[in-house]
Amino acid sequence: MLIKKPAYILPSEITDPQIYSRRREFLKAAAALGIGAMTSGAAQAMSKSKTEPLPEPNWPRTPIPDVVDTPYGEGLALTEYEYVTGYNNFYEFGTGKDDPVRNAHTLKTRPWTVVVDGECEAPGEIGIEDILSSYPQEERIYRLRCVEAWAMVVPWVGVPLGDLLKRFKPTSKAKYVAFETLVDREQMPGQRRAVLDWPYREGLRMDEAMHPLTILATGLYGELIPNQNGAPLRLVVPWKYGFKSIKSIVRISFSQTLPETTWWKLGPDEYGFYANVNPKVDHPRWSQASHRVIGEELFADRQPTLMFNGYADQVAELYRGMDLTKFY
Amino acid sequence: MPPLRRNDQWLRFGLKPLVFIACLIPFALLLKGVIEGNLGANPLERVTDVTGQWGLRLLLLTLAVTPLRRLTGWAWLQRFRRMLGLFVFFYITLHFLTWVWLDQELAWGNIVADIAKRPYVTVGFSAWLLLLPLAATSTRGMMRRLGRRWQRLHRAIYLIGLLGVLHYIWLVKADLLEPLIYASLLGILLAVRWRPQLLQRFVPGGRPINVR
Repeated sequence: MLIKKPAYILPSEITDPQIYSRRREFLKAAAALGIGAMTSGAAQAMSKSKTEPLPEPNWPRTPIPDVVDTPYGEGLALTEYEYVTGYNNFYEFGTGKDDPVRNAHTLKTRPWTVVVDGECEAPGEIGIEDILSSYPQEERIYRLRCVEAWAMVVPWVGVPLGDLLKRFKPTSKAKYVAFETLVDREQMPGQRRAVLDWPYREGLRMDEAMHPLTILATGLYGELIPNQNGAPLRLVVPWKYGFKSIKSIVRISFSQTLPETTWWKLGPDEYGFYANVNPKVDHPRWSQASHRVIGEELFADRQPTLMFNGYADQVAELYRGMDLTKFY
Repeated sequence: MPPLRRNDQWLRFGLKPLVFIACLIPFALLLKGVIEGNLGANPLERVTDVTGQWGLRLLLLTLAVTPLRRLTGWAWLQRFRRMLGLFVFFYITLHFLTWVWLDQELAWGNIVADIAKRPYVTVGFSAWLLLLPLAATSTRGMMRRLGRRWQRLHRAIYLIGLLGVLHYIWLVKADLLEPLIYASLLGILLAVRWRPQLLQRFVPGGRPINVR
């Protein structure tokens, strides 16, 4: 039930640059208003009791030293910490949105090693402490658009994935990068049920993996990433639907062939390998043209979803000449 | 239980208002959340979920009235059926209005397109449509006027239940546990209508059940 479109979408068709730049101005103004509204909202929220209180942040909150500022996401209004850390899809800890915040405390994130193998000259392992100390930790404020048609803005901290991948010297055979989440029924109670085919697997094309927007996140809001958000290390690919941004990664493999990915395997007609945010290609069961903004009140309007989640300028080139209705 | 036929007052002025209030509690909590603005990260999702779930739960409860009456022999249970059924209509109407008004923002073009194009919406909308004639003919007057046809019309509730459960199954992404719990309960409630004898073994003392 996908919308039929001509075979090719030129980047110029995707968004007219003039409209795009005007939209930027509009977004900035909207963001300024948003920040104002959020501060008053936060003040209100603090004086209220919750009907179903989420646990107060009872996880360790460790600031990451020397976080490097970057211009990414300037002018975007951040989603409140409470929602970024309390409204998550992380089925390893349950399928409810507040299951991860309640259940993820059982995950042990130290020591933590990521195995890197496949089509590369220097396969090996890398520990989380090594990642934290060997690479500058950059703040990246990105939009996050879930395939379920809601969105947030998250101030991630992390390292460009490409910088880390280079260390393992991928060969010319490496066309794709595959990722795997930890499997441990004790630490991840959600894995006791076969809701998904564990381990959770994701993958990127090599050029997507090497793109400067793609990061491995080690933190958010200036602190080490909480367990429910995918500690200690997760992928963030801001122009793709959230499910691509795999959490609690233990393995990265260079591959010559297209990796099998979890949601694609579960429903290939609903979740493609690319999963680029695209308002013109609907999920078979719901529209992707607009979304709800997390943290907004009940009567707030839906917001129009942007091509490539607003990162068309940076990434549209990667998909030049591809039929995005076919490679969704 | 007290002999309720003799104690009609207790039923009418005690138990009935109590059940009525109980059925309103989910709505009241939701309303409180709306007023206080603390329905969490995604208030629309919460309202949609709460109204839909309670609609389904009350539907199952409505369908449970007759089997329970047969099992227990408590004829007075039947007197709660209409109220429960109307609360199904109440919550499902709220669920529908939430979608039309808050989610789709009254964009009728999109609404009609979604109903036509997306099976889970088609099914959910059909269920709500089918509830309309049932709610409209729920009065004693209509019962009398329709006579035998009333019962035939109100059998639509079985179909509404099936559509409601299907709607839920079709909208979840991967975790079918909850919708399948509803489906199983519905299955049991329909099975004991199809074969009322199934209830017999649960009747204490082997008293023959009243299958009417």
